[in-house]
Amino acid sequence: MKFADFVCRPAIRAQLLTDHKEGAIREMVKALVEAGEFARDEEESIVKAVMKREELGSTGIGRGIAVPHTKHPRVSRLVGAVAVSNDGIDFNSLDGEKVQLFFLLVSPLDLPGDHLRALENISRQLRNDTFCRFLKNAKSAADIQQLLDDADRGQFA
Amino acid sequence: MSEVRTRTIIVANRQGLHLRPAYALAELAKRFRSRIRLVKEDREANVSSLLDVMTLGAACGARLSLVAEGDDAELAIEALAALLEKDFDAPEGP
Repeated sequence: MKFADFVCRPAIRAQLLTDHKEGAIREMVKALVEAGEFARDEEESIVKAVMKREELGSTGIGRGIAVPHTKHPRVSRLVGAVAVSNDGIDFNSLDGEKVQLFFLLVSPLDLPGDHLRALENISRQLRNDTFCRFLKNAKSAADIQQLLDDADRGQFA
Repeated sequence: MSEVRTRTIIVANRQGLHLRPAYALAELAKRFRSRIRLVKEDREANVSSLLDVMTLGAACGARLSLVAEGDDAELAIEALAALLEKDFDAPEGP
């Protein structure tokens, strides 16, 4: 599953404004709402659901990466948002480091395969230090989009 | 004395090896001195690395080889195989 298959391009955010975990998640969910993926009145329930998953264990998997996620009854296919925080946000990550790269995933209730394949792709690409570094230094949504396209073409993994 | 133990396992978790089971595996692996890896077809993952394990994209029913190398390889294999053959995402009790 390539980035092009699930990342909502208009929802890419190159400079998160917030400095805390819930703020980051809220900004990304808002981005998906503004891109038309969800209705405005769904924003709160999605943020709550993502935060609830965080309580089970941080999705800050180390190396400055987080993969916050939830399921939603009204999506028919996986939809994702990508965001970068230049300063990094404390996400209670497994390695104690701040997170700069965020991949928010919202999946259908009963298609676990999509979520797994997205994680597979994200993991494979982010194992490449160059890709990680370029993403963390991205200055614009267009930069991020270009990098994701390059990754989909096999440039990094 | 260092030994190598290998076992074929079938992933039992209904949603495959996503973040939560990968994390549980990594945490369990910390208890052992052996170097432990999972092999799926031509891909190998160090179970101590979440990113590594998730790159396998191992779905429910996937056949993997679990390989442990070290003086506690037998114990490590038993423990990790038991975890992999458990359905993490089963609904909690009644």
